[in-house]
Amino acid sequence: MTYLAAVAALTQKDLRVELRARETLPALLLFVLSTLVVFHFALPEGAGEGAAYGLLWVAIVFTALLGLARAWVPEQEHRVLDGLVLAPCDRSAIWLGKTLAVLAFLLAAQAVALPAFALFFAPLDGAALAGVLLADLGICAVGSLMSAMAAAGRARELLLPLLVLPLAIPLVVGGVGSAVAPEPDRHLLFLVLYDGLFGVLSWASFEYVVTE
Amino acid sequence: MIRARGLEKRYGRRVALAPVDLDLPRGAALLVTGPNGSGKTTLLRLVAGLTAPTRGTLEVDAERGRIGYLAHEPLLYRELTALENLELYGRLYRVRERRERAGMLLERFGLWEARNERVAAYSRGMTQRLALCRALLHDPDLLVLDEPYSALDEEGAALLDGVLAALAGARTLVVSTHDPGRLRPLATAGLALA
Repeated sequence: MTYLAAVAALTQKDLRVELRARETLPALLLFVLSTLVVFHFALPEGAGEGAAYGLLWVAIVFTALLGLARAWVPEQEHRVLDGLVLAPCDRSAIWLGKTLAVLAFLLAAQAVALPAFALFFAPLDGAALAGVLLADLGICAVGSLMSAMAAAGRARELLLPLLVLPLAIPLVVGGVGSAVAPEPDRHLLFLVLYDGLFGVLSWASFEYVVTE
Repeated sequence: MIRARGLEKRYGRRVALAPVDLDLPRGAALLVTGPNGSGKTTLLRLVAGLTAPTRGTLEVDAERGRIGYLAHEPLLYRELTALENLELYGRLYRVRERRERAGMLLERFGLWEARNERVAAYSRGMTQRLALCRALLHDPDLLVLDEPYSALDEEGAALLDGVLAALAGARTLVVSTHDPGRLRPLATAGLALA
């Protein structure tokens, strides 16, 4: 079985588990939409589009955190991760499969949330959407690794935001910049570099996270 | 072949496994006994490669992917059916003709009729039977079984007796149990942890 086939099997499994359990995606949708509703009433009149884009990123980051907090729950139940770790495939395939599954959930939530944002707050152009997509990639890549690390500890709900939020700051800077800066290319390039660097680091580090 | 010299595992100051020496030739069957907390599960996790020793050396002559591991937990996805779980493990463990092999094992352990039910709906005994199917799916060279008879009814235990008897001599077995009498006829070596 090739590396990519193992990744596909693991991602497919996560999607199937979610289709059955329906725990993560409804929670993400409810959270991101209710957050936008709260922001709609909290944002003062004439606050401007810049403030709205900032709030969008608050919603995106915390929605991703919610998804990441649940990411390894199916593997923790019945200690399934031990069975995956013993498989002859490269262990990074487990991380990549999880990253793609979390990304799929986040994109599904944003498929509803972003039109709602454009309707009630401010329009999103191509650069802003590209910024969201690139930031999603980065936060899912880094977040899946951090979530696996947090899952190994006792206080994972506490640990996960402490691990992920500092690493998400550059993504917020790049994401907001791609939406509001007059020349968004610089910010998009920054996000591409972040994704490449932290994607490779996460891919290479996962082996050490899942072995005692 | 398994060879251990001064094999020890600690978590901080707590000793999970006191130093152990072990020589087990290929095809042998080791029976590990001892009271709760003596380190049986830790030893099995070390042999399976799921944890690294704190001190000492351990050589296991079996590649990753050629080890069948049965733990206290079944290592199965609750939201997937029995067949889906075995299909996933079959793909990851590169089992040829995995559907046929999964079907054969499910049939053998009396789970064929319940193959399309989610594991969450299984009883503890059925889950243990399915966990045994999972551990045997890739026809491993080394079988590491932690309390394999727990939760099995008499019929399930008899099935497992037959499977282990068929594997004895052909595969290396490392089995921990609180009921050594049941496995004594198969065992070629014993290790009593204190």
